[in-house]
Amino acid sequence: MSHSTTVAPSTPAAPPPPSGGTHTRRRLSLARLDLTYSPYLYIAPFFLIFGIFGLYPMLRTAWMSLHDWDMIGDRTFIGLDNYTRLLADEYFWNALVNTFGIFALSTIPQLLLALFLANLLNRTLLRAKTFFRMAIFIPNVVSVAAVAIVFGMLYQREYGLVNWLLGFVGIDQIDWDGQTWSSWTAIASMVNWRWTGYNTLILLAGMQAIPRDLYEAAEIDGAGQWRQFWRITLPLLRPTFIFVVILATIGGMQLFTEPLLFANGNIIGGTQRDFQTLAMYMYEMGITNLNSAGYGAAVAWALFLIIGLMSLLNFVLVRRAAT
Amino acid sequence: MSLTTRRSRLAASALAAITAVGGLAACGNDDEPAAGEKPSKLVVETFGEFGYDELVKQYEKDTGIKIEMRKTAQLGEYRPKLVRYLATGKGAGDVVALEEGILNEFKSNPRNWVDLAPLVDDHSEDYLPWKWELGKAPDGRLMGLPTDVGSLAVCYRKDLFEAAGLPTDRDEVSALWPDWDSFLKTGRTYQEGSGGKALIDSITAVADASLFQQGDDLFYDKENNIIADTSPAVKAAWDTAVSMVDISAKAATWSPEWSAGFKQGSFAVTFCPSWMLGIVVENSGEENQGKWDVAAVPGGGGNWGGSWLAVPEQSSYHEEAAKLAEFLTNATSQVEAFKAKGPLPTHLEALQDEAFLSYTNEYFSDAPTGKIFGESVSKIEPIHLGPKHQAVKENAFGLALRAFENGQASEDEAWQQFTKDAQIQGAF
Repeated sequence: MSHSTTVAPSTPAAPPPPSGGTHTRRRLSLARLDLTYSPYLYIAPFFLIFGIFGLYPMLRTAWMSLHDWDMIGDRTFIGLDNYTRLLADEYFWNALVNTFGIFALSTIPQLLLALFLANLLNRTLLRAKTFFRMAIFIPNVVSVAAVAIVFGMLYQREYGLVNWLLGFVGIDQIDWDGQTWSSWTAIASMVNWRWTGYNTLILLAGMQAIPRDLYEAAEIDGAGQWRQFWRITLPLLRPTFIFVVILATIGGMQLFTEPLLFANGNIIGGTQRDFQTLAMYMYEMGITNLNSAGYGAAVAWALFLIIGLMSLLNFVLVRRAAT
Repeated sequence: MSLTTRRSRLAASALAAITAVGGLAACGNDDEPAAGEKPSKLVVETFGEFGYDELVKQYEKDTGIKIEMRKTAQLGEYRPKLVRYLATGKGAGDVVALEEGILNEFKSNPRNWVDLAPLVDDHSEDYLPWKWELGKAPDGRLMGLPTDVGSLAVCYRKDLFEAAGLPTDRDEVSALWPDWDSFLKTGRTYQEGSGGKALIDSITAVADASLFQQGDDLFYDKENNIIADTSPAVKAAWDTAVSMVDISAKAATWSPEWSAGFKQGSFAVTFCPSWMLGIVVENSGEENQGKWDVAAVPGGGGNWGGSWLAVPEQSSYHEEAAKLAEFLTNATSQVEAFKAKGPLPTHLEALQDEAFLSYTNEYFSDAPTGKIFGESVSKIEPIHLGPKHQAVKENAFGLALRAFENGQASEDEAWQQFTKDAQIQGAF
């Protein structure tokens, strides 16, 4: 099959004009050129920009990851040594576990809450609907840095609001950034604060795309609110839900600013790497340490592969959901 | 032709175009000027405030060379900039200020920097000896001319000392702690007198102060092998820090607890390099003016921070840039800079200058900070800092001590953590 063959027959079919034949022919061939090539021209800006800012850095990173690369000094080709080292690097695995731990703590409660809120906002009887829908999105508009700084203050050991409140129910001061579980919880709460509203809105949009008559029919058949939610809303929401999960996965795997600011800007993430995420480890190796840029590049590619794998998993789930 | 092959050919040509762009970007600037050509302009690259503005104007007048001052406010933004200049081989100023940590790190690639020794007069006897030595790269080249020094003193709260029944006069306070043992005893007395309050902010601050007093090799030996686990100096600083855990407020420097602690009075003492005075003022606020004072640091001298001026190899005017750096670091210039913005001199003549010695600080109860810091700095032993001293100190030594201080690790566990991480952070 070919694009051009469908266009080509139109040329001889055109009736020969009485005069100025060459002129028309040139115009026709120009039109053909336009038809075949301009679509590429139209999409070219994207590919050009993607090439310069997306593809080239990626390939360059891959090339770097095959070297012992000092940012301001020598570089030697070492093949896959960086990747072998990566597999045996306990701090890499530690960062991986931290990333997934914080991801689970942030994504699961976040999506359940978003589902609940979306269902509330979807009620026909709710007053001031637009107000609530706008309000719930506000945390997402606030900059990450501001959120992280404010939450960092809330979770302070001595003078933080959270410890002060916990004091009323008799719980001792918690050193939030001093342990794994507490730091994960604190960071997850920042992520949840920012992204619950966003996901609520997407889920709400998905819910509103569900035909009303399904609910009406269910009501006539005597199904209550809860049953309607389980039997109609949830199954029909599945594609939207999976889209939301994919977005949360990509965001969660690249978590960086929140834990970094929670650690007062220390790239190690706590005194014992309690909450150093993969993105932070990549930054530590690739940028903070000038002499291990090649290894940092290998971490970057490992992160890329992990996100790729997770996306593939999501994709398989979508396929299964569709059938 | 099928659509798929056409598509792949397009992709291939796009890829070629991209690589070409990348290749172009990778080529450096080769526009070397002819030898002996007089520069029309030199660029001085600094961070924070070095107090060079007036000096530069004078130099312009004397030599007819135009000088551009390029300042970066934060040290945190300055380092990545320098790295970019060195990695791409262009963009750096002709005279570049290098902070202690940055200088040590850059020393492992000394070829990026001009050897200043043949370009300037012999100054080896003019500066604090240890400061001069630190300006040399492992291959022997003179990488930087000394500018300022952090020096070290103790900032203490007079009102809290008084409430706890301790003396408040700065000479009496200095006399309380000639060494670290007596400092610990003072901490215990303060604790009893104040109903259990902590004297110091954190044990990592003690470690930083104590480390610089040891002299000789710290985390690296002279061949730059990591000796974190066997170095006597490191162990001594570690032991001193660990012994202070009972009198510490466990508020690590720069943490929110630390910043808030100044107003809350959760500690009565913090270790003050000269540049820290401004931060103490900022954190304590105007309402605490006159409550702080400055005393000598236990164990005598100490240093924290300070910089050098260097000339990058990529500069087009090595000789003229070196002359400018020499001018900016001479005794007169250092006193002028101190008067303008406060960086402490390292030139021996400047340290004896009357303007410097008579300087007092109003916020800190009119303490003679020039004299106190000057004395502290003259007691420093020559010291060898390896290439990644800063990273080992902050991300291995400091974090392990904090883990111990917070009760996350026993002393042994923390020491294990430190020696292991020192190998990782210190590799170069």
